[in-house]
Amino acid sequence: MFDSLNDRLSGLFDRLSGRGVLSEKDVDEALREVRVALLEADVALPVVRQFMTRAKELATGEAIIKAVKPADQVVKIVYDGLIDMLGGEEPVPVNLNAVPPVVILMAGLQGSGKTTTSAKLALRLTKFDRKKVMMASLDTRRPAAMEQLKLLGEQTGVDVLPIVAGQSPAEITRRALQSAKLQGYDVLILDTAGRTTLDEALMAEAAEIAKISNPTETFLVADSLTGQDAVRTATAFHERLPLTGLILTRADGDGRGGAMLSMRAVTGLPIKYLGAGEKVEALDVFDARRIAGRILGQGDIVALVEKAAQEL
Amino acid sequence: SRTSQNLTESVTQVFQQKESLDDAALEELEDLLVESDLGPQIAATIAGKMAQQKFNSAKDSNAVRAALAEALADELVGHEGTFEPLAGPRPYVVLFVGVNGSGKTTTLGKIAAKLVKSGAKVLIVAGDTFRAAAVEQLKVWAERAGADFMGRKTGADAAGLAYDSFIRAKAEGYDVVLIDTAGRLQNKQALMDELLKVVRVIKKVDPEAPHETLLVLDATVGRNALSQEQIFGRQAFVSGLVMTKLDGTARGGILIPIAKASDAPIKLIGVGEDIEDLHDFKARDFARSMVGLEPLGDKHDG
Ligand SMILES: Nc1nc2c(ncn2[C@@H]2O[C@H](COP(=O)(O)OP(=O)(O)OP(=O)(O)O)[C@@H](O)[C@H]2O)c(=O)[nH]1
Ligand SMILES: Nc1nc2c(ncn2[C@@H]2O[C@H](COP(=O)(O)OP(=O)(O)OP(=O)(O)O)[C@@H](O)[C@H]2O)c(=O)[nH]1
Ligand SMILES: [Mg+2]
Ligand SMILES: [Mg+2]
Repeated sequence: MFDSLNDRLSGLFDRLSGRGVLSEKDVDEALREVRVALLEADVALPVVRQFMTRAKELATGEAIIKAVKPADQVVKIVYDGLIDMLGGEEPVPVNLNAVPPVVILMAGLQGSGKTTTSAKLALRLTKFDRKKVMMASLDTRRPAAMEQLKLLGEQTGVDVLPIVAGQSPAEITRRALQSAKLQGYDVLILDTAGRTTLDEALMAEAAEIAKISNPTETFLVADSLTGQDAVRTATAFHERLPLTGLILTRADGDGRGGAMLSMRAVTGLPIKYLGAGEKVEALDVFDARRIAGRILGQGDIVALVEKAAQEL
Repeated sequence: SRTSQNLTESVTQVFQQKESLDDAALEELEDLLVESDLGPQIAATIAGKMAQQKFNSAKDSNAVRAALAEALADELVGHEGTFEPLAGPRPYVVLFVGVNGSGKTTTLGKIAAKLVKSGAKVLIVAGDTFRAAAVEQLKVWAERAGADFMGRKTGADAAGLAYDSFIRAKAEGYDVVLIDTAGRLQNKQALMDELLKVVRVIKKVDPEAPHETLLVLDATVGRNALSQEQIFGRQAFVSGLVMTKLDGTARGGILIPIAKASDAPIKLIGVGEDIEDLHDFKARDFARSMVGLEPLGDKHDG
């Protein structure tokens, strides 16, 4: 069902071969295949459109028309474009540059992976950055949400703000800030309840939490298996919260990863980590090359691109 | 004669008044479908069908949308199913499966509440023995619903628990047994094998059980839902689909390609986190909401 882009293009160009030079119409047809490939990978339509305009400029150049293997060339152009849109090859590290306790706020839709990712990030900052980290759950709504974070704290050996029944998220935020300050924590991770962006009361609550806690990093935690909704969700959260980065979870699934590209493209925010499993160790630094390869289809895209680059 | 000429004239006139959609309008429709997660192929096919339709006014966007909703509903009506645990054998065993965070536990809780309200004796089984506080979460739902609860410590064998719960439900005369499972990605074969083990031990008690296996899908999911349906469907004997989180901005249009590919009908939809936020799946209403229209007729839903 999901042929790799290279398979699709090779098929197309095989049919055209023997005709000598490719016409602009041939390239157009190839770009239509690119459009389908991107949509099949869940890249959101507005982002696909924007991308196609850029790819078309590049693909109508001499290099493609005269290339021995035009399919490889088109793939290379698309691949480079994807890397570019994903924010380049260099990862952007987490920002802890502030007076401690540095606040990290986690937000997102229901079930996206905020609580699990809070624990993963806390473990990472404790283990690799040698920070003294505290976590607090502001989720007063979902059954056993606070217990979940508490248990994850026990699993990772990270301290969790004690649960006090009956407090509002804003009150818990203030209590967390105060106790992190008093007890000399370097980092305070605030896990919030899941919310849809249409829920005005909950979006206002999230904005209030951000105002109170003045976070250095505010992460949108989103599912990498998201479809076309990725742009609506990312845009809506970006409008209401001081987002500084994205964390995409369930990158261990067999999804193609278009949601990552879409969210990054519409918000301009760096993707900082990928969740790659249910275990607390499973948090990877984001790697644009791997994702670009997945969007274009399985296969060895990187080797293919290198080959195309030699031919150029 | 004069009359027949008039008639011909007016017929021609009516016919001429009927307009086709222009290219821009068709493209807009196709985009709407793509943005609802129907996928590029099906979006193109349906837009192609719309190109053949004539409208009194192609500029009346509501009429055009309504026609589009009809076209979508045609794809779905044959896949509308009902969830009726009280019409089946007792105890009626229902298994909830799906990827992580899709809404299995919440959907189970909502169903339990409805069943208890209608007088059924319901046993809730905490088959997610893996995720932190999954047992506690389900226990809260059991209390909310007023259903009995059976669970073990995190790390316990889920299959053993499922087996014991079925035996207990038989002995104690339960009407329905609702078994939660841990979320798992369908590409992790070891986890899928564990799920299969749960199904197998239930079948040991009664080869007809589980009487229903519901695959819970999140409305925000994209093309990956096709793989979820295919792999869970084939390996876990899914008998019904549930789509949750339709109260958000996601439109859940992936159900159209899924319906085409799946043998299992779509049964329920989740529209919120509260106990009453679960409705029967209605193809026509669903299709209308996909294109941004209100449901027809009676708006209140029990
Ligand atoms: N496979 C996989 N599962 C994940 C990943 N991250 C989180 N999960 C699982 O996704 C499910 C939901 O995760 P949570 O951390 O509870 O999500 P949440 O956003 O806090 O959910 P709510 O608080 O209910 O909105 C759990 O089953 C997690 O184990 C990941 O990267 N990969
Ligand atoms: N807005 C909305 N949220 C929902 C709906 N159904 C479930 N949720 C929320 O989605 C999140 C995940 O739901 P769960 O029921 O825990 O999902 P699950 O599939 O059991 O998750 P795991 O057991 O971790 O795999 C929770 O925050 C629920 O409250 C729905 O229909 N609408
Ligand atoms: Mg949570
Ligand atoms: Mg669950």
